[in-house]
Formats: sequence, structure tokens, C-alpha cells
Amino acid sequence: MQTNRVKAPLVHLSRRDTLPLWHKAVIRLAAFILGMAVCGLVALLLIEKLRLDPSRMGEFYQSFIKGSFSTLARRWKFFKNVAVLLCIALALTPAFRMRFWNTGAEGQTLMGVLAAVAVNFYLGGKYTNGRVAWPDWSLLVLMFAASLIAGAVWGVIPALFKARWNTNETLFTLMMNYVATFFVSYCLIKWVPSGSSSLGKLSSGKLPTVFTGLGKSQYSDYLLIIILVGLVTALVYVYLNYSKHGYEISVVGESERTARYVGINVNKVIVRTMLLSGMLCGLAGWIIGAGLDRSVTTESVGGQGFTAIMVCWLAKFDPIMMILTSGLIIFLNLGADQISTTFDVSGAFPNVIIGIVLFFIIGSEFFINYKINFRKKETPSVTK
Amino acid sequence: MQPVLELKHITKRFGKDVLANDDVSMEVYPGEVLAILGENGCGKTTLMNMVSGIYYPDAGHIYIKGEEALIRSPRDAYKYNIGMIHQHFKLVDVFSAAENIALGLDKTSGSLKQVTDKVSEISAKYGFNIDPNKKIYDMSVSEKQTVEIIKVLFRGAEILILDEPTAVLTLSEIKRLFEILRNMVADGKSVIIITHKLNEVMEVSDRVAVMRKGKHIATVNTSETTESELTDMMVGRKVDLNIARTEPVDPRPRIEIRNLSLKDEEGGWALKEVNLTACGGEILGIAGIAGSGQRQLLEAVAGLNRPETGEIIFTNPKKNKPVTLFHKKLPQIRRLAAENKLHYPDGKRVNLSGVSDKQLRALIAEEKLLFDDDEIMSLRDKTPLEIRELGVKLSFVPEDRLGMGLVGDMGISGNMMLRSYRKGKSMFLNFKKPKALGEEIIKELEVVTPSVRTPVRRLSGGNLQKVLVGREISSSPKVLMAAYPVRGLDINSSYTIYNLLAKQKSLGTAVIYVGEDLDVLMELCDRIVVMNSGRVSEPLDARSVKKEELGRLMTVSHREGE
Repeated sequence: MQTNRVKAPLVHLSRRDTLPLWHKAVIRLAAFILGMAVCGLVALLLIEKLRLDPSRMGEFYQSFIKGSFSTLARRWKFFKNVAVLLCIALALTPAFRMRFWNTGAEGQTLMGVLAAVAVNFYLGGKYTNGRVAWPDWSLLVLMFAASLIAGAVWGVIPALFKARWNTNETLFTLMMNYVATFFVSYCLIKWVPSGSSSLGKLSSGKLPTVFTGLGKSQYSDYLLIIILVGLVTALVYVYLNYSKHGYEISVVGESERTARYVGINVNKVIVRTMLLSGMLCGLAGWIIGAGLDRSVTTESVGGQGFTAIMVCWLAKFDPIMMILTSGLIIFLNLGADQISTTFDVSGAFPNVIIGIVLFFIIGSEFFINYKINFRKKETPSVTK
Repeated sequence: MQPVLELKHITKRFGKDVLANDDVSMEVYPGEVLAILGENGCGKTTLMNMVSGIYYPDAGHIYIKGEEALIRSPRDAYKYNIGMIHQHFKLVDVFSAAENIALGLDKTSGSLKQVTDKVSEISAKYGFNIDPNKKIYDMSVSEKQTVEIIKVLFRGAEILILDEPTAVLTLSEIKRLFEILRNMVADGKSVIIITHKLNEVMEVSDRVAVMRKGKHIATVNTSETTESELTDMMVGRKVDLNIARTEPVDPRPRIEIRNLSLKDEEGGWALKEVNLTACGGEILGIAGIAGSGQRQLLEAVAGLNRPETGEIIFTNPKKNKPVTLFHKKLPQIRRLAAENKLHYPDGKRVNLSGVSDKQLRALIAEEKLLFDDDEIMSLRDKTPLEIRELGVKLSFVPEDRLGMGLVGDMGISGNMMLRSYRKGKSMFLNFKKPKALGEEIIKELEVVTPSVRTPVRRLSGGNLQKVLVGREISSSPKVLMAAYPVRGLDINSSYTIYNLLAKQKSLGTAVIYVGEDLDVLMELCDRIVVMNSGRVSEPLDARSVKKEELGRLMTVSHREGE
């Protein structure tokens, strides 16, 4: 099969130098658009109403916008959801920068929720001498402390084991999630004697209405939470990029041998960082348990602890970029929910959409790191 | 005779700016060893990667036995009977040699038993010494290399490419490898060896192709050339190979190691009763076959491992020198004064009772408090941080540059901070000084990098080393330890490093240099000790010692169970 004239291969790959920022942005945007187009095709195949009437495709894409932005309530919901997801993702970031793969954000957050609700359950709504024993503000402070401690404890246990016995943190933190879930089940059985395993919304421990004139009073809570998470974003960003602790985290993440060589106490950094990571999960737990739900179920965090891992990775552990990535995921989520109602499809459909779009965005990394060279026009034949 | 391999006008670019190979043409004949010689980063490996299917050329053609060949993958390369042994081995640790060789073969190659038999056959034919059933994790580097070579021979390679095969081997292993290569060419195979070591080129090759900055300079017959002619072609200009060695000025013991013993991970002795003194103002060379305990010795001094027995004594030459806040805090200075160890410039004793902290600071700033004597302290069982807090300015250039000395993902300025980021009470980093230091090092040492922010992972070996050494000497150390600081560096970069070490010596630093090239050790150092199986020889005068004596000390075997 050998001939004297051999063609260059049609395509070959070469590694790129770093691309300018705008170029990367264009590639990612193209991936997003392509992903959405494929979503449309998949929807055309899966959704019966679309198959019968393809002219409703426009409505399909409109639903995405509608899901997040069509009404005031939805806009608030969008930003509130982004804030909660972002908060958990921020909690993961210090650990991830250290290459400590904390997959336990779900459990750490849930423990934060549980701690907040436990404080509220035992202390709230009690009267002494006809007066409220614990006014809401004091409850909120106590819940805040309890959530942070609970999250930190849940986070630091795997870190201590890692530091002492070099256990695998991924498995350990993952397993701690299940312990947390069953611990919540246990508490619910204890707290709700009727066996309905639903606690109901507690009436005490409400957030104060700080902002008025937003329409509904809960929008004030939302705004408070959004501001709080915005503050945390800035703090985490500064902590990681400008503080000595943040620098140590980066060095440990890159190479433990380098860290030891310059005299960094690696175990101390691991434990300290996981305390922080767990504490921030606890804060997210407080937001859910005290600010929003005032109740707890095993599904209070609802998988956001895992979605947050995605948010973190997509943003390459950059807190500012995480605002965008958590926004993207919530946008897709709410949009797909909307499609489920409009077109009457299964509730699993949102996951399909998110999966497809993320696949394209993650896949686009390949085109950021590598260049594809196509064969140039025929070179004159070489004969020997 | 028809060449077995012919490259014509090969050009390869990486990105916009890097022209790795520029219009390179060369031939390889059957039954010869062709050495490709060149400095680091001259494009030797890139060129061979195109022959072995790792890269694809941007322009140019490759001919095998006169036919144009299309090599898109290593599998294609095997089809043309080309096999490359890379610098970093690609073996599965938990598999045996035979299993690794069988890996990826199709069914027609037969059972593992048949593979094993054929491996034994190949071994016997060319003189390899290998147990096909030994697991990779039990093997020495040299054995692993042997497995890689057999792997390509097994696949029928007629053209073998070896990328820096001697970098990881001891002298006797190198000799053995060269014998095997000669057996292979006697069998009609062609061997291409990529190297930057001139003596090896002279010893093993039939012809030498010299490359410089991506271009093929010339191909000459080894028997008709000399080392100096090759050097000229390689570097493009006459280089002065003399290292300026000054006489040590007032050498006094700085680090004394007494009876130091240390166990390795397996429980054997990595260091056995080591006695060693390094003096300020001299370069102490440590010679020895790689893996004789050099790394452990330096790491013990740096506080990175825990010796079983022995002492490491550091003498800080402080007699009649002022107390500074760099290595002493105020309470420590008060204690020193209480112990009657300080005096004023006029000879009066220092009494600090009734002196406020503010007044004390002023006294220190004016350098009014002087030590009576040198400070003597033990470094054993101290962590690197504790050593630093004692005020010991100890710098260490480790062997593993990216895995230990530098942080690959950070820029030069980020790496400059590694040693100094703790300074000051603020919880935030100070970026200004490290950045200025980084820029200074780039300028002074001619580091080639797009900016101080570019991750150092992207720099070449020589530039990395300049950054690392530059940082380590920037703190004006009292002791500077360097392990294989020129390994993998080209001649020019090597001499930059030698000169930096010589400069530190002239500043009174105790320099400890672990090297492998005996000629360099003998030209650069003042005294040389030889390490052999965790033991250290008596110091020898580097100016008068014979190379044969060093070689003998390196290879003489110590009786087991002593």
C-alpha cells in the first residue's frame, strides 16, 4: 500500500500557547450555543408536542428565558438560587485549590441546616413569664454559630484523618454525606412523633425585614442572602489570592514536597483549610435552614452540594468566574423546569439539558488547549 | 549504500514564535550509531519525536529505505520498524517485564510464555541481563530501561532511537549499555542516540549530527573529529571552559556533621556514620554514584528528614558582629544580654535592665549590640521553619526542581515568595518585593521568559534552574547546598551556575555542591568527599586529587553487615 506520494494526514493536533481571554470566551460561547442547538434536536426527538408541531421550537427556546426572568418572582428566585449554589461552591474552592477533593459539601451543608433548625426547634417559640425567651435576633445569632460549627466539624473530621493516617479524602467526605442524611432522618423521627417525618415551617427565627418596598417580604430575605453571598465571594477571592493562607493553599495543592521544603506545615494547612471549607458550607446551611426554609428534611440541600463541584470546576476554582457558572447552571435548571411544564414532559428532562450543555462547555476546553491543523492544499508530488 | 532512514527539509513549529526544527535533513545508514548532539532545547528530541510518530512535521518528508513514509502515530512508526526509548519510561509498575512487553500486542504474537521465551532469546542475543518475570516496581532505573529497549526490539525495530539514555545511569551501567548498542549495530540495526555529552558521543558513535537552535549544523565522522571541534559546532562560538577558582579566604567550619546515620524507607541505612565539615568561603564537592545518599544528606541538613543518630552543628560567625532582628526577637536578645553574651562597640558589657523595647530597637538599629562569640547551634530534628527562625540562612537547591524547589503553576514572582512570604505581621502577601526580585533575576541571569507571571512550568530546564538558584542565593545565605544544579543544562547555562556558586564562595558562604561530572568537581571545588552506599570518605584536596582515586572511592564496595 506504500506509494511514492504520501499525503499528509487530514487533521493533526498541536498544543496551543495560551490564548487571549476574549478568544477563550468566544470558544466557550460557541460551545454553549452549539449545546443549546443539540438540546433543541434532542427535545425535538423526545418531546411529543414538539415532534407534532415543530413550529413551537421558538417557544422552546423562549422558555429558557421565561424560566428565569419572565416575572418578578422568577427573577428573585433566580438570583436567590444562584446565591445559595454559589455559597456552597465558594465553600469548596479553598479545599479544591489545595487538591483536597471535598465531595462532602452536601453533608456539610445539611449539617449546617440541621444545626440551625435544631437551635430554632429547641429554643424558639418558648415563653418565660409571658415573654419570648429567645427573641428572633438572638436565635439567628445562635443558629449562625451552630451552623458554622456543625459544618466545620463535618468538614474537619476527614481532614484530621487525612493528616493523621493519610486516608482518602474523596471517599471519606462522600461517606460523611450519608451519615449526615441519616442523622437528619433520626432527628426528624425524634422531633416529629406523629411519624409524618415532616417538621413543617417553624414560626420563630425569622430574618428581619431589612428592605421594604420590594413587593413581598420574602424578597427582603432574598436580597439579604444575595448581599451576604456577594460579600463572601469577595472575601474568598481576596483570601485565596492575596493572603498568606491562600498562598500556602496553592503551594500545598501543587506539591506537598515543595511545601515541606519551604517549611509549610502541610497537615496544619489541610486541617485549617477544611475547617474553613466546612464552615462556609455551614454558612450555606444557615442560609437554607434559617433564612429560607426554617425547616429541615433529608432533601434540604437537594444535591446542590454535588452541583457545586461542577460550578467550581467549570470556573477553574476562580470565585469571580463562579458567579457566571452558578448562574449558568441555575439558568438551565429553571429554563428546563419551565419546558417541563409548558410541554408536559418528565421532570427528569432538566437533567438531560444540563448534561448536554455542560458536555459541550467542558468539551470546548479541548479546543482551548489544542489546535487542530487541517491539511493544507495539495503539495506538489515528490518523486524519488 | 542506501540510507535506512532519510529526513528531508523537516520543519516543525510550536506556536507562533518557536521554530523547533528548521529545514533539517539527515540520513541514517544500517549498522551505524548516529549521535545527535546539541544543547538543551536545540530540537533534537522534537526531530526524533517526528520520526517516532509523536509529532507530525509541518513541512518536509521522511523516507524509509527510499520510500516516503507517513508516520502519524507510534503504531505507524512500529510498522516502519522504528522504535524510540523515551527519557521517561512508559511502563506499568505492577506488571512484570514480559507482561509489559506483551502489552498492546495482538493475538498472533502468542501466549505470555512464548513472549517470555522470545524475551530471553533477545536478551541472550544482545547481552541483556533481565529476568522477564520480575515486576517493574522491583527494578532499578537501568533495568527499566532494558525493558524498554527489549520492548522495541520485540516489535521488530530496525531503527532504535534512544533519548538521553545515559542521564539516569551509573558509569558502569553506561558502559554496559554501550556494549549492547555495539552488539545491535553489529547485527545490522541502526541506532540513533540523542545526547549532549561529548565523551559519550566520542565513545559510542560512528557519526555525529550536530544541531544548534533547531538547525542541523553538520554531520561528521566521529573518528575524524575532536571534542573541541564538536563543542564549537554545538555552541557556535568558542567557549572558555575554565572555571575561575580562587583560593578560599579564611575557611572556618560552618556546618559540622558528626556520626550522622539515617534510615531509608525500607529500613536500610541511607546514611551511615557520616562525618563532614563544610567551611565558609569554600566549595565542598560531594562526588558519588547517584543514589549513594547525597539527597538524604542534604535533606537532613535542611531539616527534611529525621536522623537516627548524630549531630548537625551550625556555627554562625557572629563574633564581634551586631545583633540583628532578622534572627533574634527582642526577648531572645534580652536573654542573651542577661547571660552576659553581648558587648558594646567600646567593649563595655550590655545590661538591658531598665531599657525599654523602643530604646532596645534603636540600639539594634544602630548596630550597638555586638556578640562576644560565634553562635553555635544544633540543627538536628529541626523543621525547615525552625531552622529559619533560629536565624540560620540556609539555602538549598534540590535535585527535583519542579517537584520540590519551585511551584510550576506560579510565575517567577510567585516563586520568589516561597521562601519569604511569611515576612511581616500582615495576613496578606507583599507582591512588590518578590516581583522586583524576579525581574532582577530575569535581567541578571538572562532568564528567557515572556513575563514574571508566566507559569515557570513552561520554562526550559536551564531557565528554571536559574530562577531556582537565583532565589536561593538572593537571601545571601551562610550555607548553600546544591544538588546536581547543572543536570540537564547546556554548557552556557552550566557555566552561569558555576559562576554563581563561585561568587557565593567569595562572599564567604559555605557551598556544598553535589555533582556527577568529576572534571567539573575537580575544577570547581576546593575539597571533595566521595559518597558511597551512605558513607562519606575523608575529604580530598580537589586541586591535587587524581580522577582515578575518586573513581575508585565511588565504586569500591563496602562489606555488608559492618
